[in-house]
Amino acid sequence: MILYVPRAILSYLRGNMRPLVESAFAVLVGLIIGGLILLVLHYSPIDGYISMLKGFGIFINQRSFGPKELAYALAFATPYMLTALTFAVGMRAGLFNIGAEGQMYLGGAAAAWVAGHFALPAGFHVFAVTIIAMLAGALWAFIPAILKIRRGVHEVISAIMLNWIAYHLVMYLAIYHLSGQYSHLTAAALPTARYPVISGTLTAVIFIAIAVCIAVYIFLWRLYPGYELRLVGDNPDAARYAGISISRAILLSCIIGGLAAGLAGASLAIRPTNWGFNATLGDFVGYGFVGIGVALVGRNHPIGIIPSAIFFGGLTNSGRYLESDLGVSSELVGGIQGVIIIAMALPLLVLLLSRLRRKAK
Amino acid sequence: MMAISRIHIPRRVLIFTICLVAIVVILFLLELVGISTKEVANGALFVMTPLTLAAVGECINEKAGLVNIGLEGIFLLTAIFGVYGAVHLGSGVAGLLVGSLVGALIGFIFGIISVYGRANQVVAGMGINVFGGGMLLFIMMTLWHATSYEVRPEFMISKISTPLGLLSPIIFVAIAIAILLHFILHRTFLGIKIRAAGEKPEAVDVGGKRVDHIRMFTCILGGALASLSKAFFSLGWLGTVVKDISAGRGFIALACVVFAGLEPLLALAAAFIFGFAESLAFTVMSLPAAHSFPFLAYFLKMVPYIVPLVVVSIFVGRRAFPKASGKPYIRE
Repeated sequence: MILYVPRAILSYLRGNMRPLVESAFAVLVGLIIGGLILLVLHYSPIDGYISMLKGFGIFINQRSFGPKELAYALAFATPYMLTALTFAVGMRAGLFNIGAEGQMYLGGAAAAWVAGHFALPAGFHVFAVTIIAMLAGALWAFIPAILKIRRGVHEVISAIMLNWIAYHLVMYLAIYHLSGQYSHLTAAALPTARYPVISGTLTAVIFIAIAVCIAVYIFLWRLYPGYELRLVGDNPDAARYAGISISRAILLSCIIGGLAAGLAGASLAIRPTNWGFNATLGDFVGYGFVGIGVALVGRNHPIGIIPSAIFFGGLTNSGRYLESDLGVSSELVGGIQGVIIIAMALPLLVLLLSRLRRKAK
Repeated sequence: MMAISRIHIPRRVLIFTICLVAIVVILFLLELVGISTKEVANGALFVMTPLTLAAVGECINEKAGLVNIGLEGIFLLTAIFGVYGAVHLGSGVAGLLVGSLVGALIGFIFGIISVYGRANQVVAGMGINVFGGGMLLFIMMTLWHATSYEVRPEFMISKISTPLGLLSPIIFVAIAIAILLHFILHRTFLGIKIRAAGEKPEAVDVGGKRVDHIRMFTCILGGALASLSKAFFSLGWLGTVVKDISAGRGFIALACVVFAGLEPLLALAAAFIFGFAESLAFTVMSLPAAHSFPFLAYFLKMVPYIVPLVVVSIFVGRRAFPKASGKPYIRE
């Protein structure tokens, strides 16, 4: 599996650099508009960018590097990577799968349930938590897939409705069935069910997340069902003509996405310092939607998602520095992420850019 | 016999008739159980209005070939600007106007992005949603340093009393807009142009009309209507702005559009059906008997999402959208 990593990176970069340029350009547009918003509100954009860099552990003014900050960024990056995978695999099959949010809630609830309410042998317990969480995510992902296949319901509508149903369902479960010592928190995971802590809130799940990304890459580009899935996304007519089952590809992409989103839920539910999640679901909300931006900037490529998730993680982490240094609400970061998504939708921006460059020559 | 067989009722109209009859039957049963039907109907009209406004705007939008799933983001942004405008200009109507101007601006930006920028409209719409989610909180924290804001009653749009209890005049405006748009779409030349821009933009182009102008027009109109919907939500109904003010309603409006098959009048009916379900759930939640089962509230809160999902899955299925829907038109 390790051998595949250099090949995977090569395949991502091979040939044209255009995807990379497009992603970098979208990110740039997002950051510039973020700076403009700061400027309109009479803050210094330069200070804003310096604060943002702090989120990645780079302290320019002190000329120092904070590995602890980077660990926080990576802790944010872990669920982003997985929810982005949900969206990316959907896009590869031609689906706009934004159900990661709800699948993540369910995964988190399942993880908290197995981790806090069952005494299992050490080693196996963590494994069981991970697997059950992934299966719970996949189960929730199964509904929009089947509705799409059988009834032709557009996945955007079914996924959003299911996200909100999951929101209330998991809130109910958290309060009435999963709560432990405190009524607003789910029971803390037993020590045998906890992922090893690396630093701060960063746990070893990040390695599982990266492994899942690589596994999905291998599946999509090295295995036949993955090839079928990509063909359905690229050209459904050709796929149908070649005798490929479109329903199977849709189901497969939703299930893989659900597994990834379920793991994202587990990574958010089983982490320091509570080792459980809050009944308001504040620990989960939003990660699924940011994953869309992560996937788009990563060009819906399982390997491209990894650096993209780390970038978004750093950006999210920088929110608290914006708050403490400038006194701006950290939610500005959410706005910047939205602008990045809008900019990623514009193929013409890069086209215009290359045209300008040609004229300059 | 001949005359009867000639009357053709579209399947979709039949479905809506069945749903509306079902609602009347449910209302009758409620009266038997002893729940005030007036209250349920009143609530249904209030829930219906924002859904209708957003859904009819989106209907026109999609008829012209643009799919804007950024309704949720427009809702979030314009709720706050509407309230800000109302508080600063000192009247609820001014707030509505400010809100719809901001919505028209967002529609304009979306139009520029998708008509001239040839963007992937679904991705751009989702971007608007994420942007709205972030900026709502950001603006609220910047303006009020709080994540919720109460509008003082003098800045609200005053309600009028009717046989169904206090109703906002915007409810009737929304119904009138739905009827007007149906008329425009099916009885005027503008309507033909809008429909043609979605079905066959080449034909519009050959006919000497500008596809981009038509699509920009519908985009701005759709944005303004969507924002009117949320400005109503905060100024004419609840009187608050909170973090999750929209709570997926933008997507419920999209479900209305899909259920209605892009027809404004049917979208009005769909919005009423979804509104009725939500209002009924809310009424049941506030019954004294429900207080002894507090866990029930979580399931009743799911109703506004379960009903559209079930209705769309059962009744809609695969249907033809305008052929050029969601695709940028590139002149040859």
